[in-house]
Amino acid sequence: MTGPDRVASDFRVAVVGSGPSGFYVTEALFRSGATVAVDMFERLPVPFGLVRFGVAPDHPKLKQVTVTFDRIATAPRFRFVGNVAVGRDVTVDELRHSYDAVVLATGADVSRSLDIPGQSLPGSHHAGDFVAWYNGHPDCRELRFDLGHEAAVIVGHGNVALDVARILAKTADELRQTDIANHALEVLAESRIREIHVVGRGQPAQAKFSAKELRDFLDLRACDASIGEGLPPDEPDRDNPNDPELAEKLALLGAFSRHAATKPRRCHFRFGLSPLAIQGRGCVEAMSFTSESGAVQDIPCGLVFSSIGRRTSPLAGVPYDEHRGVHANIEGRVANGHSVVDGLYACGWSKRGPSGTIGTNRGCGIATAEAVIADLHTRRRPPAGDPDALLTRISNRVPHLVSYGDWAAIDAAEKRRGAALGKPREKFVMVPDMLAAIGA
Amino acid sequence: MTYVVTDNCRGCRFTECVTVCPVECFHLDATMTYIDPENCIDCGGCAPACPVGAIEPDYRLAADKKFWIDVNRKRAAETPVISARLPPLPGADERRQALGR
Repeated sequence: MTGPDRVASDFRVAVVGSGPSGFYVTEALFRSGATVAVDMFERLPVPFGLVRFGVAPDHPKLKQVTVTFDRIATAPRFRFVGNVAVGRDVTVDELRHSYDAVVLATGADVSRSLDIPGQSLPGSHHAGDFVAWYNGHPDCRELRFDLGHEAAVIVGHGNVALDVARILAKTADELRQTDIANHALEVLAESRIREIHVVGRGQPAQAKFSAKELRDFLDLRACDASIGEGLPPDEPDRDNPNDPELAEKLALLGAFSRHAATKPRRCHFRFGLSPLAIQGRGCVEAMSFTSESGAVQDIPCGLVFSSIGRRTSPLAGVPYDEHRGVHANIEGRVANGHSVVDGLYACGWSKRGPSGTIGTNRGCGIATAEAVIADLHTRRRPPAGDPDALLTRISNRVPHLVSYGDWAAIDAAEKRRGAALGKPREKFVMVPDMLAAIGA
Repeated sequence: MTYVVTDNCRGCRFTECVTVCPVECFHLDATMTYIDPENCIDCGGCAPACPVGAIEPDYRLAADKKFWIDVNRKRAAETPVISARLPPLPGADERRQALGR
Protein backbone atom coordinates (compact mmCIF):
# COMPACT_ATOMS: atom_id res chain seq x y z
CA MET A 1 0.00 0.00 0.00
CA THR A 2 1.54 3.26 -1.05
CA GLY A 3 0.28 6.43 0.51
CA PRO A 4 1.32 9.51 2.36
CA ASP A 5 3.73 8.94 5.21
CA ARG A 6 1.88 8.26 8.39
CA VAL A 7 1.58 11.15 10.75
CA ALA A 8 1.35 10.39 14.45
CA SER A 9 -2.33 10.16 15.36
CA ASP A 10 -4.23 9.81 18.59
CA PHE A 11 -6.86 7.61 17.01
CA ARG A 12 -7.07 5.50 13.88
CA VAL A 13 -10.47 4.97 12.35
CA ALA A 14 -11.63 2.76 9.49
CA VAL A 15 -14.50 4.13 7.40
CA VAL A 16 -16.25 1.53 5.24
CA GLY A 17 -17.67 3.04 2.07
CA SER A 18 -16.68 6.08 0.03
CA GLY A 19 -20.02 7.67 -0.76
CA PRO A 20 -21.15 11.02 0.66
CA SER A 21 -21.67 9.72 4.21
CA GLY A 22 -18.21 8.12 4.29
CA PHE A 23 -16.61 11.40 3.25
CA TYR A 24 -18.69 13.54 5.61
CA VAL A 25 -17.99 11.40 8.67
CA THR A 26 -14.31 11.57 7.70
CA GLU A 27 -14.48 15.36 7.45
CA ALA A 28 -16.17 15.56 10.85
CA LEU A 29 -13.54 13.28 12.42
CA PHE A 30 -10.78 15.48 11.02
CA ARG A 31 -12.47 18.58 12.43
CA SER A 32 -13.21 17.06 15.83
CA GLY A 33 -10.17 18.53 17.51
CA ALA A 34 -8.68 15.09 18.14
CA THR A 35 -5.84 13.89 15.90
CA VAL A 36 -7.55 11.22 13.86
CA ALA A 37 -6.27 9.20 10.92
CA VAL A 38 -8.83 7.67 8.57
CA ASP A 39 -8.46 4.71 6.25
CA MET A 40 -11.47 4.64 3.90
CA PHE A 41 -12.28 1.19 2.50
CA GLU A 42 -14.11 0.92 -0.81
CA ARG A 43 -15.15 -2.24 -2.62
CA LEU A 44 -14.53 -0.72 -6.07
CA PRO A 45 -11.35 0.96 -7.33
CA VAL A 46 -13.37 4.20 -7.68
CA PRO A 47 -14.87 6.37 -4.92
CA PHE A 48 -18.05 8.46 -4.41
CA GLY A 49 -20.76 5.78 -4.21
CA LEU A 50 -24.12 7.16 -5.28
CA VAL A 51 -22.64 10.43 -6.51
CA ARG A 52 -20.99 8.39 -9.24
CA PHE A 53 -23.54 5.58 -9.57
CA GLY A 54 -26.81 7.15 -8.44
CA VAL A 55 -26.95 10.85 -9.36
CA ALA A 56 -28.39 11.05 -12.86
CA PRO A 57 -25.98 11.80 -15.72
CA ASP A 58 -28.08 14.80 -16.76
CA HIS A 59 -27.65 16.39 -13.30
CA PRO A 60 -23.97 17.32 -13.60
CA LYS A 61 -24.12 20.24 -11.20
CA LEU A 62 -24.91 17.91 -8.30
CA LYS A 63 -21.81 15.90 -9.10
CA GLN A 64 -19.65 18.94 -8.40
CA VAL A 65 -19.91 17.86 -4.77
CA THR A 66 -16.92 15.63 -5.55
CA VAL A 67 -14.77 18.78 -5.34
CA THR A 68 -15.59 18.77 -1.62
CA PHE A 69 -14.73 15.06 -1.33
CA ASP A 70 -11.40 15.68 -3.07
CA ARG A 71 -10.66 18.42 -0.57
CA ILE A 72 -11.43 16.12 2.36
CA ALA A 73 -9.17 13.47 0.80
CA THR A 74 -6.17 15.81 0.70
CA ALA A 75 -5.85 15.65 4.51
CA PRO A 76 -2.47 14.13 5.42
CA ARG A 77 -4.11 11.57 7.68
CA PHE A 78 -6.43 10.22 4.99
CA ARG A 79 -5.85 7.03 3.01
CA PHE A 80 -8.17 5.54 0.39
CA VAL A 81 -8.08 1.75 0.37
CA GLY A 82 -9.91 0.94 -2.84
CA ASN A 83 -10.69 -2.40 -4.45
CA VAL A 84 -11.09 -4.01 -1.01
CA ALA A 85 -14.50 -5.39 -0.10
CA VAL A 86 -15.19 -5.45 3.62
CA GLY A 87 -16.95 -8.73 4.29
CA ARG A 88 -15.08 -10.50 1.49
CA ASP A 89 -11.43 -9.40 1.50
CA VAL A 90 -11.35 -8.34 5.13
CA THR A 91 -13.87 -8.93 7.90
CA VAL A 92 -15.47 -6.32 10.12
CA ASP A 93 -13.92 -8.13 13.10
CA GLU A 94 -10.44 -7.80 11.60
CA LEU A 95 -11.02 -4.07 11.18
CA ARG A 96 -12.25 -3.81 14.76
CA HIS A 97 -9.10 -5.55 15.98
CA SER A 98 -6.81 -3.12 14.17
CA TYR A 99 -8.58 0.23 14.46
CA ASP A 100 -9.75 2.31 17.40
CA ALA A 101 -13.13 2.62 15.72
CA VAL A 102 -14.89 1.37 12.59
CA VAL A 103 -17.61 3.45 10.91
CA LEU A 104 -19.91 1.70 8.44
CA ALA A 105 -21.04 4.00 5.65
CA THR A 106 -22.16 1.25 3.33
CA GLY A 107 -25.31 2.87 1.98
CA ALA A 108 -28.52 1.15 0.99
CA ASP A 109 -27.67 -0.92 -2.04
CA VAL A 110 -30.44 -3.55 -2.00
CA SER A 111 -33.67 -2.70 -3.80
CA ARG A 112 -36.87 -3.60 -2.02
CA SER A 113 -39.12 -5.98 -3.91
CA LEU A 114 -42.77 -5.42 -4.77
CA ASP A 115 -43.68 -8.90 -3.51
CA ILE A 116 -46.52 -9.39 -5.96
CA PRO A 117 -47.27 -12.14 -8.49
CA GLY A 118 -45.31 -11.83 -11.72
CA GLN A 119 -42.51 -9.76 -10.25
CA SER A 120 -39.83 -12.04 -11.67
CA LEU A 121 -41.18 -12.08 -15.23
CA PRO A 122 -38.64 -10.99 -17.86
CA GLY A 123 -39.11 -7.24 -18.29
CA SER A 124 -39.64 -6.60 -14.56
CA HIS A 125 -36.69 -4.78 -13.03
CA HIS A 126 -35.57 -2.86 -9.99
CA ALA A 127 -35.21 0.81 -10.84
CA GLY A 128 -31.97 0.82 -8.87
CA ASP A 129 -30.43 -1.74 -11.25
CA PHE A 130 -31.38 0.39 -14.25
CA VAL A 131 -29.86 3.46 -12.61
CA ALA A 132 -26.64 1.58 -11.80
CA TRP A 133 -26.57 0.26 -15.38
CA TYR A 134 -26.87 3.63 -17.11
CA ASN A 135 -24.37 5.06 -14.63
CA GLY A 136 -21.83 2.37 -15.49
CA HIS A 137 -21.69 0.35 -12.27
CA PRO A 138 -19.51 -2.72 -12.87
CA ASP A 139 -22.03 -4.97 -11.09
CA CYS A 140 -24.72 -4.03 -13.61
CA ARG A 141 -22.70 -3.91 -16.82
CA GLU A 142 -24.07 -7.22 -18.04
CA LEU A 143 -27.74 -6.48 -17.32
CA ARG A 144 -30.04 -6.34 -20.33
CA PHE A 145 -32.99 -3.95 -20.64
CA ASP A 146 -35.24 -4.54 -23.62
CA LEU A 147 -36.53 -1.10 -24.57
CA GLY A 148 -38.26 -2.41 -27.69
CA HIS A 149 -41.67 -1.94 -26.08
CA GLU A 150 -44.21 0.87 -26.41
CA ALA A 151 -44.88 1.36 -22.71
CA ALA A 152 -43.03 1.22 -19.40
CA VAL A 153 -44.43 1.39 -15.88
CA ILE A 154 -42.36 2.84 -13.04
CA VAL A 155 -43.71 2.04 -9.59
CA GLY A 156 -42.94 4.62 -6.93
CA HIS A 157 -43.13 8.36 -6.44
CA GLY A 158 -39.62 9.20 -5.27
CA ASN A 159 -36.80 10.98 -7.04
CA VAL A 160 -35.33 7.71 -8.34
CA ALA A 161 -38.61 6.98 -10.11
CA LEU A 162 -38.43 10.42 -11.73
CA ASP A 163 -34.80 9.84 -12.76
CA VAL A 164 -35.75 6.61 -14.51
CA ALA A 165 -38.76 8.24 -16.17
CA ARG A 166 -36.69 11.20 -17.36
CA ILE A 167 -33.87 9.04 -18.76
CA LEU A 168 -36.48 7.00 -20.67
CA ALA A 169 -38.20 10.21 -21.79
CA LYS A 170 -35.11 11.91 -23.15
CA THR A 171 -33.78 11.50 -26.65
CA ALA A 172 -30.27 10.17 -27.18
CA ASP A 173 -29.24 13.68 -28.22
CA GLU A 174 -30.36 15.04 -24.86
CA LEU A 175 -28.11 12.50 -23.12
CA ARG A 176 -25.17 12.27 -25.49
CA GLN A 177 -23.09 14.96 -23.80
CA THR A 178 -23.59 13.68 -20.27
CA ASP A 179 -21.40 11.11 -18.53
CA ILE A 180 -23.97 8.36 -19.16
CA ALA A 181 -22.29 5.00 -19.81
CA ASN A 182 -21.90 4.43 -23.52
CA HIS A 183 -23.44 0.95 -23.42
CA ALA A 184 -26.60 2.51 -21.99
CA LEU A 185 -26.68 5.37 -24.47
CA GLU A 186 -26.57 2.87 -27.34
CA VAL A 187 -29.56 0.96 -25.96
CA LEU A 188 -31.51 4.14 -25.13
CA ALA A 189 -30.90 5.49 -28.63
CA GLU A 190 -32.82 2.49 -30.00
CA SER A 191 -35.63 2.77 -27.44
CA ARG A 192 -39.18 2.42 -28.78
CA ILE A 193 -40.79 3.52 -25.52
CA ARG A 194 -43.50 6.14 -26.07
CA GLU A 195 -45.64 5.84 -22.96
CA ILE A 196 -44.10 6.13 -19.51
CA HIS A 197 -46.33 5.67 -16.48
CA VAL A 198 -45.08 6.83 -13.10
CA VAL A 199 -47.45 5.16 -10.68
CA GLY A 200 -47.77 5.55 -6.93
CA ARG A 201 -50.07 4.51 -4.14
CA GLY A 202 -50.49 7.96 -2.62
CA GLN A 203 -52.08 11.18 -3.73
CA PRO A 204 -50.04 14.10 -5.12
CA ALA A 205 -49.58 15.66 -1.69
CA GLN A 206 -47.90 12.47 -0.45
CA ALA A 207 -45.45 12.09 -3.33
CA LYS A 208 -41.85 12.07 -2.13
CA PHE A 209 -40.23 13.42 -5.28
CA SER A 210 -39.07 17.00 -5.15
CA ALA A 211 -40.52 19.92 -7.06
CA LYS A 212 -37.14 20.55 -8.64
CA GLU A 213 -37.08 17.04 -10.15
CA LEU A 214 -40.66 17.42 -11.33
CA ARG A 215 -39.79 20.71 -13.02
CA ASP A 216 -37.39 18.85 -15.31
CA PHE A 217 -40.46 17.42 -17.05
CA LEU A 218 -41.55 20.85 -18.25
CA ASP A 219 -38.88 21.11 -20.89
CA LEU A 220 -38.14 17.70 -22.31
CA ARG A 221 -37.51 17.83 -26.05
CA ALA A 222 -39.65 14.86 -27.06
CA CYS A 223 -41.88 14.12 -24.09
CA ASP A 224 -44.96 15.75 -22.58
CA ALA A 225 -45.90 15.23 -18.96
CA SER A 226 -49.52 14.45 -18.23
CA ILE A 227 -51.71 13.23 -15.42
CA GLY A 228 -53.17 9.75 -15.80
CA GLU A 229 -56.81 9.91 -16.88
CA GLY A 230 -59.54 9.59 -14.32
CA LEU A 231 -57.37 10.85 -11.50
CA PRO A 232 -57.03 14.60 -11.54
CA PRO A 233 -54.53 15.80 -8.96
CA ASP A 234 -55.70 17.41 -5.77
CA GLU A 235 -56.71 20.99 -6.36
CA PRO A 236 -53.57 23.00 -5.58
CA ASP A 237 -53.91 24.25 -2.06
CA ARG A 238 -53.51 27.97 -2.48
CA ASP A 239 -53.14 28.45 1.23
CA ASN A 240 -49.72 26.81 1.56
CA PRO A 241 -47.51 29.68 2.66
CA ASN A 242 -45.39 27.48 4.90
CA ASP A 243 -44.80 24.76 2.35
CA PRO A 244 -43.71 26.35 -0.93
CA GLU A 245 -42.22 23.00 -1.99
CA LEU A 246 -45.58 21.25 -1.79
CA ALA A 247 -47.35 24.19 -3.37
CA GLU A 248 -44.94 24.09 -6.30
CA LYS A 249 -45.33 20.33 -6.76
CA LEU A 250 -49.11 20.63 -6.84
CA ALA A 251 -48.93 23.59 -9.20
CA LEU A 252 -46.66 21.64 -11.57
CA LEU A 253 -48.95 18.61 -11.56
CA GLY A 254 -51.88 20.94 -12.18
CA ALA A 255 -50.03 22.40 -15.16
CA PHE A 256 -49.33 18.89 -16.49
CA SER A 257 -53.04 18.04 -16.27
CA ARG A 258 -54.03 21.08 -18.35
CA HIS A 259 -51.24 20.71 -20.88
CA ALA A 260 -52.13 19.56 -24.41
CA ALA A 261 -49.68 16.87 -25.46
CA THR A 262 -47.99 17.29 -28.83
CA LYS A 263 -44.66 15.51 -28.49
CA PRO A 264 -44.01 11.89 -29.50
CA ARG A 265 -43.46 10.57 -25.97
CA ARG A 266 -45.70 10.94 -22.95
CA CYS A 267 -45.00 10.61 -19.25
CA HIS A 268 -48.15 9.97 -17.22
CA PHE A 269 -48.12 10.65 -13.50
CA ARG A 270 -50.67 8.41 -11.80
CA PHE A 271 -51.84 8.48 -8.22
CA GLY A 272 -53.80 6.32 -5.81
CA LEU A 273 -52.91 2.99 -7.44
CA SER A 274 -51.55 0.07 -5.39
CA PRO A 275 -49.55 -2.67 -7.16
CA LEU A 276 -51.53 -5.90 -7.48
CA ALA A 277 -49.73 -8.09 -10.02
CA ILE A 278 -47.55 -8.09 -13.09
CA GLN A 279 -49.29 -9.93 -15.92
CA GLY A 280 -47.84 -11.77 -18.86
CA ARG A 281 -47.16 -15.11 -20.46
CA GLY A 282 -43.40 -15.51 -20.46
CA CYS A 283 -42.72 -11.79 -20.20
CA VAL A 284 -44.30 -8.60 -18.88
CA GLU A 285 -47.45 -7.61 -20.80
CA ALA A 286 -49.32 -5.44 -18.29
CA MET A 287 -49.36 -4.38 -14.69
CA SER A 288 -52.49 -4.45 -12.54
CA PHE A 289 -53.24 -1.96 -9.81
CA THR A 290 -56.04 -1.49 -7.32
CA SER A 291 -57.46 1.99 -7.14
CA GLU A 292 -58.66 3.52 -3.90
CA SER A 293 -62.22 2.58 -4.80
CA GLY A 294 -61.14 -1.06 -5.06
CA ALA A 295 -61.42 -1.23 -8.84
CA VAL A 296 -58.68 -3.08 -10.68
CA GLN A 297 -56.90 -1.19 -13.40
CA ASP A 298 -54.51 -2.74 -15.94
CA ILE A 299 -51.78 -0.73 -17.62
CA PRO A 300 -50.41 -2.47 -20.72
CA CYS A 301 -46.60 -2.36 -20.72
CA GLY A 302 -43.55 -4.40 -21.66
CA LEU A 303 -41.37 -3.10 -18.87
CA VAL A 304 -41.77 -2.53 -15.15
CA PHE A 305 -39.29 -0.70 -12.94
CA SER A 306 -39.99 -0.88 -9.23
CA SER A 307 -38.68 2.01 -7.22
CA ILE A 308 -40.16 1.48 -3.80
CA GLY A 309 -37.14 1.87 -1.57
CA ARG A 310 -33.82 0.35 -0.67
CA ARG A 311 -32.16 -1.23 2.30
CA THR A 312 -28.65 -1.84 3.53
CA SER A 313 -26.85 -5.13 2.80
CA PRO A 314 -26.22 -6.96 6.05
CA LEU A 315 -22.52 -7.43 6.90
CA ALA A 316 -21.14 -10.48 8.71
CA GLY A 317 -20.40 -9.55 12.31
CA VAL A 318 -22.79 -6.56 12.34
CA PRO A 319 -26.24 -6.78 13.95
CA TYR A 320 -28.98 -5.98 11.46
CA ASP A 321 -32.26 -4.15 11.94
CA GLU A 322 -34.67 -6.11 9.73
CA HIS A 323 -37.49 -3.69 10.29
CA ARG A 324 -35.61 -0.56 9.20
CA GLY A 325 -33.27 -2.31 6.78
CA VAL A 326 -30.11 -0.77 8.27
CA HIS A 327 -27.19 -1.80 10.50
CA ALA A 328 -28.87 -1.99 13.91
CA ASN A 329 -27.80 1.17 15.69
CA ILE A 330 -28.71 3.59 18.43
CA GLU A 331 -28.06 7.04 17.03
CA GLY A 332 -25.03 5.86 15.10
CA ARG A 333 -23.65 3.39 17.65
CA VAL A 334 -24.08 -0.13 16.28
CA ALA A 335 -26.03 -2.09 18.86
CA ASN A 336 -27.30 -5.58 19.55
CA GLY A 337 -30.68 -4.84 21.08
CA HIS A 338 -29.87 -2.31 23.79
CA SER A 339 -26.25 -3.31 24.04
CA VAL A 340 -23.80 -1.14 22.10
CA VAL A 341 -21.08 -2.93 20.13
CA ASP A 342 -17.82 -1.38 21.24
CA GLY A 343 -16.00 0.64 18.59
CA LEU A 344 -18.50 0.05 15.79
CA TYR A 345 -20.62 2.84 14.26
CA ALA A 346 -22.86 3.56 11.29
CA CYS A 347 -23.66 6.70 9.35
CA GLY A 348 -25.59 7.81 6.28
CA TRP A 349 -28.18 5.56 4.69
CA SER A 350 -26.82 2.46 6.46
CA LYS A 351 -27.64 4.24 9.75
CA ARG A 352 -30.96 5.99 9.08
CA GLY A 353 -32.29 4.55 5.81
CA PRO A 354 -32.45 6.06 2.34
CA SER A 355 -33.76 9.58 2.72
CA GLY A 356 -32.70 13.18 2.38
CA THR A 357 -30.34 14.96 0.05
CA ILE A 358 -26.57 14.57 -0.26
CA GLY A 359 -26.05 17.15 2.48
CA THR A 360 -28.32 15.31 4.94
CA ASN A 361 -25.39 12.93 5.23
CA ARG A 362 -23.17 15.77 6.37
CA GLY A 363 -25.25 16.40 9.48
CA CYS A 364 -25.53 12.64 9.95
CA GLY A 365 -21.74 12.23 9.66
CA ILE A 366 -21.14 15.00 12.18
CA ALA A 367 -23.44 13.25 14.69
CA THR A 368 -21.73 9.88 14.23
CA ALA A 369 -18.27 11.45 14.47
CA GLU A 370 -19.28 13.09 17.75
CA ALA A 371 -20.26 9.67 19.13
CA VAL A 372 -16.96 8.14 17.93
CA ILE A 373 -14.84 10.86 19.51
CA ALA A 374 -16.84 10.96 22.76
CA ASP A 375 -16.44 7.19 23.16
CA LEU A 376 -12.74 7.24 22.29
CA HIS A 377 -12.11 9.86 24.95
CA THR A 378 -14.13 8.11 27.65
CA ARG A 379 -13.61 4.41 27.08
CA ARG A 380 -10.93 3.82 24.55
CA ARG A 381 -10.57 0.18 23.68
CA PRO A 382 -6.92 -0.33 22.66
CA PRO A 383 -6.83 -2.20 19.37
CA ALA A 384 -4.92 -5.46 19.44
CA GLY A 385 -3.56 -5.05 15.94
CA ASP A 386 -2.04 -2.36 13.81
CA PRO A 387 -3.73 -0.93 10.69
CA ASP A 388 -0.55 -1.02 8.63
CA ALA A 389 0.02 -4.68 9.42
CA LEU A 390 -3.60 -5.37 8.48
CA LEU A 391 -3.21 -3.54 5.16
CA THR A 392 -0.14 -5.66 4.44
CA ARG A 393 -2.17 -8.81 5.12
CA ILE A 394 -4.99 -7.53 2.87
CA SER A 395 -2.54 -6.80 0.06
CA ASN A 396 -1.65 -10.51 0.12
CA ARG A 397 -5.32 -11.33 -0.50
CA VAL A 398 -6.13 -8.58 -3.02
CA PRO A 399 -3.65 -8.10 -5.83
CA HIS A 400 -4.18 -4.35 -6.27
CA LEU A 401 -5.08 -1.98 -3.47
CA VAL A 402 -6.10 1.33 -4.99
CA SER A 403 -4.93 4.61 -3.41
CA TYR A 404 -6.47 8.05 -3.90
CA GLY A 405 -3.56 8.85 -6.23
CA ASP A 406 -4.46 5.77 -8.28
CA TRP A 407 -8.05 7.00 -8.43
CA ALA A 408 -6.76 10.33 -9.73
CA ALA A 409 -5.16 8.41 -12.61
CA ILE A 410 -8.44 6.59 -13.34
CA ASP A 411 -10.31 9.91 -13.13
CA ALA A 412 -7.92 11.58 -15.58
CA ALA A 413 -8.16 8.64 -18.00
CA GLU A 414 -11.97 8.74 -17.88
CA LYS A 415 -11.98 12.46 -18.59
CA ARG A 416 -9.65 11.95 -21.56
CA ARG A 417 -11.93 9.24 -22.95
CA GLY A 418 -14.90 11.55 -22.45
CA ALA A 419 -13.26 14.55 -24.11
CA ALA A 420 -12.84 12.54 -27.30
CA LEU A 421 -16.63 12.02 -27.31
CA GLY A 422 -17.71 15.49 -26.18
CA LYS A 423 -18.67 14.12 -22.74
CA PRO A 424 -17.40 15.20 -19.31
CA ARG A 425 -16.12 11.65 -18.85
CA GLU A 426 -16.53 8.16 -20.22
CA LYS A 427 -16.49 5.87 -17.21
CA PHE A 428 -14.67 2.58 -17.10
CA VAL A 429 -17.42 0.09 -16.45
CA MET A 430 -15.35 -2.94 -15.60
CA VAL A 431 -12.94 -3.31 -12.70
CA PRO A 432 -10.06 -4.70 -14.83
CA ASP A 433 -10.29 -1.62 -17.08
CA MET A 434 -10.18 0.67 -14.03
CA LEU A 435 -7.09 -1.14 -12.78
CA ALA A 436 -5.49 -1.05 -16.23
CA ALA A 437 -5.83 2.75 -16.22
CA ILE A 438 -3.50 2.92 -13.22
CA GLY A 439 -1.08 0.47 -14.77
CA ALA A 440 -1.95 -2.14 -12.15
CA MET B 1 -30.27 28.30 -10.84
CA THR B 2 -29.21 28.63 -7.23
CA TYR B 3 -30.80 28.74 -3.81
CA VAL B 4 -31.17 32.11 -2.10
CA VAL B 5 -31.39 33.23 1.54
CA THR B 6 -34.07 35.87 2.15
CA ASP B 7 -35.43 38.19 4.89
CA ASN B 8 -36.65 35.53 7.32
CA CYS B 9 -33.02 34.67 8.06
CA ARG B 10 -32.41 37.94 9.84
CA GLY B 11 -32.19 37.77 13.59
CA CYS B 12 -32.18 34.05 14.39
CA ARG B 13 -28.98 32.36 13.12
CA PHE B 14 -30.26 28.81 13.49
CA THR B 15 -27.72 27.87 10.75
CA GLU B 16 -29.20 24.42 10.20
CA CYS B 17 -28.50 25.22 6.55
CA VAL B 18 -24.76 25.17 7.23
CA THR B 19 -24.85 21.65 8.65
CA VAL B 20 -26.61 20.20 5.62
CA CYS B 21 -24.81 22.12 2.90
CA PRO B 22 -22.66 19.52 1.12
CA VAL B 23 -20.33 22.10 -0.44
CA GLU B 24 -19.93 24.77 2.27
CA CYS B 25 -21.43 27.55 0.20
CA PHE B 26 -22.92 29.51 3.12
CA HIS B 27 -21.39 32.82 4.15
CA LEU B 28 -22.20 34.84 7.24
CA ASP B 29 -22.27 38.40 8.49
CA ALA B 30 -23.75 39.89 11.66
CA THR B 31 -27.22 39.90 10.12
CA MET B 32 -27.77 36.64 8.24
CA THR B 33 -26.32 33.94 5.98
CA TYR B 34 -25.85 34.13 2.21
CA ILE B 35 -25.44 31.44 -0.44
CA ASP B 36 -22.57 31.67 -2.88
CA PRO B 37 -24.29 31.01 -6.22
CA GLU B 38 -20.99 29.99 -7.80
CA ASN B 39 -20.59 27.06 -5.40
CA CYS B 40 -24.21 26.04 -4.77
CA ILE B 41 -24.93 22.75 -6.55
CA ASP B 42 -28.73 23.04 -6.30
CA CYS B 43 -29.10 19.98 -4.08
CA GLY B 44 -32.02 21.61 -2.28
CA GLY B 45 -31.01 20.33 1.15
CA CYS B 46 -30.96 23.70 2.88
CA ALA B 47 -34.46 24.93 2.03
CA PRO B 48 -36.40 22.34 4.06
CA ALA B 49 -33.76 22.41 6.82
CA CYS B 50 -34.27 26.11 7.56
CA PRO B 51 -36.54 26.46 10.63
CA VAL B 52 -37.82 29.84 9.43
CA GLY B 53 -38.32 29.06 5.74
CA ALA B 54 -35.82 31.70 4.67
CA ILE B 55 -34.33 29.75 1.74
CA GLU B 56 -35.90 29.35 -1.69
CA PRO B 57 -34.73 28.37 -5.16
CA ASP B 58 -34.21 31.54 -7.20
CA TYR B 59 -36.97 30.78 -9.69
CA ARG B 60 -39.53 30.43 -6.91
CA LEU B 61 -38.94 33.87 -5.39
CA ALA B 62 -41.83 36.32 -5.54
CA ALA B 63 -41.17 39.43 -7.63
CA ASP B 64 -40.60 41.59 -4.56
CA LYS B 65 -37.96 39.12 -3.29
CA LYS B 66 -35.96 38.70 -6.47
CA PHE B 67 -33.46 41.32 -5.28
CA TRP B 68 -32.18 38.75 -2.78
CA ILE B 69 -30.48 36.94 -5.66
CA ASP B 70 -28.11 39.88 -6.11
CA VAL B 71 -27.77 40.44 -2.38
CA ASN B 72 -26.66 36.82 -1.88
CA ARG B 73 -24.18 36.97 -4.74
CA LYS B 74 -22.69 40.25 -3.55
CA ARG B 75 -22.56 39.50 0.19
CA ALA B 76 -21.25 35.95 -0.31
CA ALA B 77 -18.27 37.46 -2.12
CA GLU B 78 -17.64 39.88 0.77
CA THR B 79 -18.12 37.63 3.80
CA PRO B 80 -16.38 34.53 5.17
CA VAL B 81 -17.54 30.96 4.65
CA ILE B 82 -19.23 29.43 7.66
CA SER B 83 -18.46 25.72 7.90
CA ALA B 84 -20.13 24.70 11.15
CA ARG B 85 -23.37 25.52 12.87
CA LEU B 86 -23.43 28.38 15.38
CA PRO B 87 -25.59 28.82 18.48
CA PRO B 88 -28.82 30.66 17.58
CA LEU B 89 -29.07 34.33 18.53
CA PRO B 90 -30.99 35.24 21.69
CA GLY B 91 -34.68 35.44 20.89
CA ALA B 92 -34.39 33.16 17.86
CA ASP B 93 -37.19 30.86 18.98
CA GLU B 94 -39.52 33.75 19.68
CA ARG B 95 -38.74 35.06 16.23
CA ARG B 96 -39.48 31.70 14.66
CA GLN B 97 -42.83 31.57 16.44
CA ALA B 98 -43.63 35.13 15.39
CA LEU B 99 -43.04 34.03 11.80
CA GLY B 100 -45.66 31.32 12.30
CA ARG B 101 -43.20 28.42 12.04
